[in-house]
Amino acid sequence: MKKKIQVTLNGKKTELEVPSHRLLLDLLRDEIGLTGTKEGCGTGDCGACTVLLNGKPVNSCLIFSGELDGADIVTIEGLKIGPEMHPVQRAFVQDGGVQCGYCTSGMLMMSKALLDENPDPSEDDIRFAISGNLCRCTGYAKIVKAVQDAARELRNRRS
Amino acid sequence: MKRPEPLEIFQPTSLKAASTLVKEQGPGGRFLAGGTDLVIAVKEKGYKPKYVVDLKRIPGLTGIRVEKDGSVTIGALTTMHEVETSPVVLNKYPFLARSAAEVGSVQIRNRATIGGNMANATPSADVAPALIALEAKAKISGLNGERTISLEELFRGPGQTNLAPEEILTAIVIPPASSGLRGDYIKFSPREMMDLAYVGVAVALDLHDGKQCRKARIALGAVSPTPMRARRAEALLENQTVTEELAEKAGAEAAAESKPISDVRSSADYRREMVRVNTKRALLNAVAGEPAFWVERRDRRY
Ligand code: FES
Ligand code: FES
Repeated sequence: MKKKIQVTLNGKKTELEVPSHRLLLDLLRDEIGLTGTKEGCGTGDCGACTVLLNGKPVNSCLIFSGELDGADIVTIEGLKIGPEMHPVQRAFVQDGGVQCGYCTSGMLMMSKALLDENPDPSEDDIRFAISGNLCRCTGYAKIVKAVQDAARELRNRRS
Repeated sequence: MKRPEPLEIFQPTSLKAASTLVKEQGPGGRFLAGGTDLVIAVKEKGYKPKYVVDLKRIPGLTGIRVEKDGSVTIGALTTMHEVETSPVVLNKYPFLARSAAEVGSVQIRNRATIGGNMANATPSADVAPALIALEAKAKISGLNGERTISLEELFRGPGQTNLAPEEILTAIVIPPASSGLRGDYIKFSPREMMDLAYVGVAVALDLHDGKQCRKARIALGAVSPTPMRARRAEALLENQTVTEELAEKAGAEAAAESKPISDVRSSADYRREMVRVNTKRALLNAVAGEPAFWVERRDRRY
C-alpha cells in the first residue's frame, strides 16, 4: 500500500513513495537516512523523536507517513543555518546541555520551537515547554540555561 | 517498539465521502484525527484496524468560532494546543484552556484533537469534565444528516461512545455563557505533566454578585466508566451562597456519587477521598476567581 507524497523536507521539495503505515520517524531514519532524529520510547512519552511539522514540534513516532502529503518537515539536520550551528545548538554545547546526546535532537527542536513563539521565556516557560522531553543525563538545569542563553543570543542578533 | 502492520489510509475530502467509505469497507476500520491515541493503541496494545480513514483533509472541521448567539463552536479537529492558547477560550472559559494544557506534552497537544479525545472516550480525558460542566454539546454527522446530543450522552463506557460506525463527531458547541460564569478544573495526578489524572474535577458556577450560586455544574473525570456529573452535589449548591462549609458538603456528596475503581494508579477509596477534597477546592477556587490557591502551577503556558 505505497503512497506517493510530496513534502518539504528541511527546506527541499521532496517526492517520496512510502508505505502508508510507515511512521514518520522510520521514514526519516530508515528510508531517507536522516538518523539525527532518535527513538526513545516510541509511544509519545520521551520527545527524542521531536521534529517540526508545519512549524510545530510533534512526536514523529506517532505519525503515519500516509498522512503527510503536502507537509513541511524540519528535522535536526535542517536546524543549522548554512554552515553555522543554530544558536540553540551552540548554547547547548557551550553550557553542557549535552551529555550522552540521545535526547539532544529532540530537545533542540523543542527549544527552537519555543524560541520561535516566545523570544524571552522564563525558566518556568522553558520547563513547561520541555516537559515532554526526557533527559536521563543532565538533570535539566544546564538545558534550561542553554535555552536562556540561546534566547539572549537570538534577541541580540535581532536588535 | 512494535511497528504498525501494513494499513490502508484513506483521505476523503468530505464528511459524506468519509461516512460512505466506512459503510462500503465494513466493520473494523477506524477514523484518524491526531493519531496520538490510535498509533499508541496500534504500537503498544496490538490494536489492528482493518483500515484507517484520516479526517484531516475534510475542510471545516478546525477552528474556534463565536456564534451570533454567543455560543462557541470548537471544530472536532482543533488541536489541544489551539484550545489551550485560543484567546476566545482563555477569555471566556479559562479553566477549559487549562484543562487542555493538562494533556500530554506540547508535542502531543500539537497533534491531539479535541474531537479525537472525546471520540476515544477515555474516562480520564482532561477536557471532558470542563466541557461537561459547561454543558457542551456534540455535533455529529452521519449518512442520514446531522444530529446534536449533549456531550455527556456521547460517552457510553471506557472507549465506548454513542456514535454509529459511520458517524463522525464534527464539533463541540458550548452554549452561551452567563456573565456570572466562574469555573475551575483541577487535575489531581502524581506528576505535573505527562500523566493521567487520578481524579479530574471541573466546576462551572453561575454566580450572582459574585456570591449567590444560581446554577452549579460539577463534572468528574476518571472516577466512573464515563466522565460524569455529580448531580446531587450540584443540587446542594443551587440558590445558595457558596461558603467553605457548603463546599465541604458538596465535596462529600460528589465523592459519594462517584464510582471509581481501583487500578494501578490508585485505589477506589483514595480516588473517592480525592474527589471530596478537590471538588471543595475547585468550588472555592471558582468563587474566589482565578488564579487562586492550588492552581498556580497550572498557569504556565507554552
Ligand atoms: S520516541 Fe517518540 S516520544 Fe519517545
Ligand atoms: S544528554 Fe543523555 S539523555 Fe539527555
